Amino acid sequence: MNYVYAGYSVTFVVLALYALRVVLRGRALRRALPPADDR
Amino acid sequence: MTRPPVPRWVTRSLGLGAVGFSAAAVVFGLWVMGPTAEQGDYSRLLVVHPPVATYAYVGFGITALASILYLIPRTRRREWDLLAGASAEVGVVFCGLTLVTGSIWGRPVWGVWWTWDARLTAEALLFALFLGYLALRRVPASEEVRSRRCAIAALIAVLDIPVDHYATTWWQTLHQGSSIDLLQPDKHLDTAHNVGLLLGFIGLGLAFAWLVIQRYRVEKLEARYEQEGLDLALEARRAEGDIPSDRVGAPV
Repeated sequence: MNYVYAGYSVTFVVLALYALRVVLRGRALRRALPPADDR
Repeated sequence: MTRPPVPRWVTRSLGLGAVGFSAAAVVFGLWVMGPTAEQGDYSRLLVVHPPVATYAYVGFGITALASILYLIPRTRRREWDLLAGASAEVGVVFCGLTLVTGSIWGRPVWGVWWTWDARLTAEALLFALFLGYLALRRVPASEEVRSRRCAIAALIAVLDIPVDHYATTWWQTLHQGSSIDLLQPDKHLDTAHNVGLLLGFIGLGLAFAWLVIQRYRVEKLEARYEQEGLDLALEARRAEGDIPSDRVGAPV
């Protein structure tokens, strides 16, 4: 079962970290830019 | 004030749905699905591996479609290029996960982490091609040149998808063919595996959609930052030193 746990862990941990990176990058850019009408 | 392309409640629902369905898929895959006669417990990886592989294709497919729309003068809009870039990045993450989860599955079932099998090689090539595409997006050039160059590169890279998909049919491969074929009634899974696979497809599909939308928003912000960033930096410098705007850049 260790391979199964590894497969599940890699998938969801990588996706969670990537999602966090995207959200944080978006927040940093929003802070750096003045508010715009198109958001 | 214009409306955002995707309302916030939609992205919130997608995010919550992704978490809920993915959690259900994990519970189902690890504790409800039983081992199979052919692969034992390793068939539980069916919940994650085929969905991530499929959504990698979807991501690159969106990139190709958006690139075509960018290249056609009548439909050319900057947004298509930004969507192509966002979708390619998410596709690369899913493609990388396909390679890793496939390797983790291959080790106990085939006895090797990696083999130069047609399907695996085509998948690795797809990953490398779209990594190259993402690198190309960062090569300095005017916005139009870069967008056009990337759109053409995406259309070349996407040609590997049919090769990858049909590799198990066209060549003798170690990788198995599709687990389900609706046209072949004898090619099916038991109910528990079908439900697990479906939950995996829904959970990871919602996660994929959420990521593409969020990444597209970031891509738009990055494009804005590229345009306005220098002006903002100059303004900040002016404010720091209290230099009148007409003096900035003047000889000392």
